[in-house]
Amino acid sequence: MSSTVLITILSLSLLAFIAAILLFIIAEKFKVYEDPRIDEVQAALPAANCGGCGFAGCRNFAEALVKADSFEGLNCPVGGAAVMAEAATILGRIAPVVDPTIAVLLCNGTPESRPLTSRYDGASECRIAHTIYSGETDCSYGCLGKGDCEKACKFDALYIDHSTGLPVISDEKCVSCGACVKACPRNLIELRKKAKKDRKIYVACSNCDKGGPARRACKVACIGCGKCVKVCAFDAITLKDNLAYIDAGKCTFCRKCAPECPTNAIIEVNFPPRKPKVEAGTEVASA
Amino acid sequence: MLKTFSTGGVHPPENKITASAPIEYLPVPESVVIPLSQHIGSPSVPVVNKGDYVRTGQLIAEGKGYISANIHSPVSGKVSKIDIAADSSGFRQNSVFIDAEGDEWVDTIDRSNELDTEIRLSSEEIIKKCLASGIVGLGGATFPSHVKLSVPSGKKCEILIINGVECEPFLTSDHRLMLEKGPEVLTGVSILMKALKVEKAMIGIENNKPDAIKNMQKLAAGYKGISVYPLRVKYPQGAEKQLIKALTGREVPSGRLPLDVGAVVHNVGTAFAVYEAVQKNKPLFERVVTVTGRDLSKPGNYLVRTGTPVRKLLEAAGGLPENTGKIINGGPMMGKAISNLDVPVVKGMSGIIVIPAEESKREETKPCIRCSKCVSACPLGLEPYLLMTLSEKSLFERAEKERVTDCMECGSCSFTCPATRPLLDYIRLGKANVIRMIRERNIK
Repeated sequence: MSSTVLITILSLSLLAFIAAILLFIIAEKFKVYEDPRIDEVQAALPAANCGGCGFAGCRNFAEALVKADSFEGLNCPVGGAAVMAEAATILGRIAPVVDPTIAVLLCNGTPESRPLTSRYDGASECRIAHTIYSGETDCSYGCLGKGDCEKACKFDALYIDHSTGLPVISDEKCVSCGACVKACPRNLIELRKKAKKDRKIYVACSNCDKGGPARRACKVACIGCGKCVKVCAFDAITLKDNLAYIDAGKCTFCRKCAPECPTNAIIEVNFPPRKPKVEAGTEVASA
Repeated sequence: MLKTFSTGGVHPPENKITASAPIEYLPVPESVVIPLSQHIGSPSVPVVNKGDYVRTGQLIAEGKGYISANIHSPVSGKVSKIDIAADSSGFRQNSVFIDAEGDEWVDTIDRSNELDTEIRLSSEEIIKKCLASGIVGLGGATFPSHVKLSVPSGKKCEILIINGVECEPFLTSDHRLMLEKGPEVLTGVSILMKALKVEKAMIGIENNKPDAIKNMQKLAAGYKGISVYPLRVKYPQGAEKQLIKALTGREVPSGRLPLDVGAVVHNVGTAFAVYEAVQKNKPLFERVVTVTGRDLSKPGNYLVRTGTPVRKLLEAAGGLPENTGKIINGGPMMGKAISNLDVPVVKGMSGIIVIPAEESKREETKPCIRCSKCVSACPLGLEPYLLMTLSEKSLFERAEKERVTDCMECGSCSFTCPATRPLLDYIRLGKANVIRMIRERNIK
């Protein structure tokens, strides 16, 4: 009886020993060398796997960081400067300063300013509505409001406001991963340079039609009149295809352009209220 | 047993309300808008300027490149501007605006109604004439006809197939043409045969048009090589590949053209336009449009100048009923709703259908129950439920493998789905993305 137990224990131990040796040899033979720093860098990354950096996920990005000679062109928009600095210290490199960005919607066509001219009852996705026709209003450039961007956002930073039919982007939650930019079939979302106190000033319109049709389709459309271009002292505003664009890199937030806009297409966000109107008017006139 | 195609197909209610309404001539509108892209291929380039006086039938825009078509003025008058205008899908495109003054035709056009059956032009001259007259496929696809008539070297066309099927519900414009302009259509067919150098032409007509079949069979006896075949009613028999299969039994393989099986298909409307271009020197600037709908007081078939706003057509048909839900450009199966009544009539517009609100509603999308009705309905043997899911999940590489680009958007799958899923909407999305993907790959 006792010998049976002994034999079993011994034979199994032997088997286990042989298997261990085999496994060790195989593991040594087929070993894949992986830079240990990849794990370290990955641990420093936010683990959101959002793809905002342009890579398949955080691990993929960590590999790219370790392999790259310099950090030029590599940036984690979610983690921002802090995470990039941490990765840089692990790898002994210098992280270039990349300005943080935030998503803004280049359309402000609420139902009041952009009247409905038809009704869409097809599949509720912007990308499908866009393949079929110009949309429920006369503006063939504006927001379709079916929420492809909302579905694409992994950070809960964006939702469709059903009273306006437009997406609302949260300044706190948006990490500028760019998922909504890719999801929008009309390219209405732009990642703009983030400013102090989340201040923003931009042309909230994408209509490239001439003034007349644009204005008829939407009361707050950019009509390409060029008044803002003239008033801007910093060459930050350019006019292309009947549409003005404010370069966030050159803009100094002087706020001179917004009151000039005859259709209020230029939007200011998070600014203190303006001084009384009379004064603002004289200020513009003198400029 | 009558012939038909073998794979798939559906039987939508026919609703051919206007089958007995003779073609009526619609007066020339006060002003027209002529989009510069009313055919497949590159948009035409205008050859007139603002303020120019043009006559009816004068060339106003020239085709750019091989696959493109000329456009002629449908009215006489002054070019008021060349600007963007909304097309039937609401997107803006370049258009020529003309204010009509009287109706003065170009002198070279023979305006008599006499039948002229003697074909004087040679094969090459006919093709040149089609190119010059801006003839495009009038069945709805608007593919430039001169391209289809020029058989590339190495390929041989054995048979000309004429599409008189008109399988879309509601539409009757081809039906009326065959009844009223039979001899002209048949002469047009003879011209097409000469251009393609073929001896044999088959005209396929669905069995729900017995009067047209009888008329065409009687007349065809006087023309050499033309025979008329009644076909069993089944949608989409009017599609090129399905019609070839029904008439000749030949199957056009995936990704190939009808010419690969020795056939070329033209519509009866195109045959009529070719007759007018070749025998009467009249370019394509008017066409028959069916204006129909159950609640219209005067539905009918109207001969309309291109560029006429749809609003005018509806006025002629007794005005827009109050309960209108949708107005469809084309047939109810493949057509698209228009978003604006000022949309102009274009070369490819075969019908305007007014659908009441209670019938035009989309049902709620329910989950797929895997009944496979869409698979049996698909005339191309695709799996619509799968293609929809792949497009929904943006798995376009897989969709390409599943031959999404073969889809001709006939809508049989959406029509047959008991869960009222928007199959075609998603397949169209997948198709557009796969085509873009293939184009990008080819550039690389």
